[in-house]
Amino acid sequence: MTATAEQQSEPVISIENASFGYGSVPVLESISLGVESGAFLGIVGPNGSGKSTLLDLMVGLRQPDSGTVRLFGEPATEFDAGERIGYVPQDATTVAREMPITVREVVRMGRYPRRLVGRFSDADRQAVDDALEQVGIADLAARRVGRLSGGQRQRVFIARALAAEADLLALDEPTVGVDAESREAFYELLADLNSSGLTIILIDHDIGVVTTYATEIACLNRRLYFDGDPSEFVATDALAEAYGTDQHVLHHNH
Amino acid sequence: MSAHTASIRSVGSTLQFSPVESLFAVFEWVLTNVYGAGMDLLADLLGIQMLGYPYMQRAYLAAVCIGVIGPLVGTFLVHRELSMLSDTLAHTAFAGVAVGLFLNATFSLSLSPLATAFVVAVGTALLVELLIDYAGAYSDTSLAIVLTGGFAVGSVLITATDGGIAVGINAYLFGSLATVSKANVGLLVFMSLFIGCLVALAYRPLLYVTVDATAARAARLNVRLYKRLMVVLTALVVVSAMQIMGVILVAAMLVVPVAAAALVARSFKQSILLAILAAVFSAVVGVTISYHYGLAAGGSIVLAAIGVYATVLTVEKFTNRTEFLTRWHSPRHSVDQSATKIKADGGDEE
Repeated sequence: MTATAEQQSEPVISIENASFGYGSVPVLESISLGVESGAFLGIVGPNGSGKSTLLDLMVGLRQPDSGTVRLFGEPATEFDAGERIGYVPQDATTVAREMPITVREVVRMGRYPRRLVGRFSDADRQAVDDALEQVGIADLAARRVGRLSGGQRQRVFIARALAAEADLLALDEPTVGVDAESREAFYELLADLNSSGLTIILIDHDIGVVTTYATEIACLNRRLYFDGDPSEFVATDALAEAYGTDQHVLHHNH
Repeated sequence: MSAHTASIRSVGSTLQFSPVESLFAVFEWVLTNVYGAGMDLLADLLGIQMLGYPYMQRAYLAAVCIGVIGPLVGTFLVHRELSMLSDTLAHTAFAGVAVGLFLNATFSLSLSPLATAFVVAVGTALLVELLIDYAGAYSDTSLAIVLTGGFAVGSVLITATDGGIAVGINAYLFGSLATVSKANVGLLVFMSLFIGCLVALAYRPLLYVTVDATAARAARLNVRLYKRLMVVLTALVVVSAMQIMGVILVAAMLVVPVAAAALVARSFKQSILLAILAAVFSAVVGVTISYHYGLAAGGSIVLAAIGVYATVLTVEKFTNRTEFLTRWHSPRHSVDQSATKIKADGGDEE
C-alpha cells in the first residue's frame, strides 16, 4: 500500500516496442503501451490476436523477444513482489472444479506470497475475511469451490487477489462460461474495485462490455490498432481493421 | 566414577562416529520397549495373539507409515493430475534395485539395493518433471515410455546378473511382509518423519502450485522448485513403501485413498486427513487379512483400499441424490447437510 503511494506518479506497466513470437511465428509486433495507476484497461481483439500473451508479458510470466516491459518500474520478469499482482488465469472457472478445496482455502492463497510458512497473523486473517466480504461470498467461505456456479467461482479468484492487497488485477477472459446476469454483476464489481483505486487489466471478447466499463481500450491483433479512450475507440474504424480485414491491412503494411 | 565417565565417553564417541547407528539404537529401543510393549499389552487385552509377534508388530508399524505418507504426498499428485507418475517412478525404482544388485554382483560391492533405488527414482523424478516442463503439459506418452523403459532396464540387468538374485527380485515386485526387518521399519519411520516435515514446511506453496500453477507463478512463487519437490517426494514415498507393497502395487497407496477422500471432503486439508484415515484403515485390514489367510500383503492392502473407495462412492452417490432434491428446494440448507454428511462418511471409514 505504501509502495503505491510512493510510486503514484510512475506507470504500473510500461511497454516499449515489445515483440514476441512462439518459435518463428510472430504473436506480438512492436507493442508500445502504458498503464497508469488507477486505470481500467480493456484489451480486445479477435481470437489468436495475442491478447493473453500480452497479459503474460505485462505480469512478467513471459519475456519479450525484443523491447522492454516494466512492471511497477522494474523489468517485469525480475519483479518479485508477488503480492502486488492479482492474476486470474483464463481457465480460472475450470481450476479446482474437481478438487476438494474450499472458497476460504483459495482466498487464503492470496496471503501466501507474504507468508509462505508459519502461522497466519490477525492481519492475514482479517485481509481474507475482508476480501470475502468485499466480493459478497462470505457466506460461501466453507463451500467447496467446484460446487459453486461459474459467477460465484469468478468472485473467489477476485477475492484471492484482494486478500493479497494487490495493486494490479489482471484478468484473462474471466467470464467465459458465466451466465449473462452474473457477468453484469461481476463487471459492476470490477468497476467498484477500480473506483476504489485498484488498477485493472481485463481481456474480454465482449467488446460492448469492455467499452462500457473500461477507462482505456487497447485493440490488438498482433500489433496494436488502438490505444485510448473507449468513446474514441467506438468512433474509429480500428475495430473493423483489427477484426475484419486484418489480412488486407497487414499486406499493405508489409 | 571413572566407569561413568568412560560410558559417557563411549556414548559420545558413538554419536560422533556413527550418528546413524546410535539413532538406530534409539529406534530399536523404542521399537521393542515402547511400541512392542504397548502392542504386547494390546495383544493381551484383546486376546489377539498375532499382535504379540514382533514381526507382525513391525508389519503393522510399516503399514501405518505407508498409510500416512502415501496419501500425504498422493493428494498433491492426484490433484495435479499426475497419478500415473507414482506408478512410473515405482517401475524405475525397480530398475534402481536391479542396478544395485547388478553392481554388487559385477564389482563385488555391498550397496543396498534400496539406496540405489532411491537414487534412480529421484533422478528419474527430476527427469520426468523436466520432460513435463519442456513439453509444456502433462504428457501421458512420455510417462508410459519412462515407465516401461525403467522396467525394461530392470529386467535386462537382472538377466545379465547371476540367476541367484531373481529370488530377491520377487519380493521387490510383489512386496512381502516377511522381509520387513528392523532396519527396514527404521528407514520407513525415518522417511515418514522426513517426508512429513517437508510437506508441513512446503504445504502452502505445494497447494498453490497444485491448484493454480500459473497464478502461483504470477505471485512469484518458485513454481519449478515446488514441482520438483513434489516429484522427489513421490519418489521417496514410492521407494520407502516398495518393499511391503511391491513395485507393481505401491502406486495405489498414493492414488486410491486420495480418490476416495476427494469424493466427500470439502477442504484440501480435510481430504488429506480422510485419505490418510482410509489408507491406514486399508493397510491395517490388508495386513491382518494377509496374515490370516497367507495372502500377499500388498495385494490385500490395495484391495481393501479399493473396497473403501467403492463403499464411499456408493454412499456418496446415494446421499448426493437425496441432497440434490433438498438443495432444489432450499440452497442454504444444503451447506449444513453436506457438512454432516462428510462427518458421517468419515466416521464410517473408521
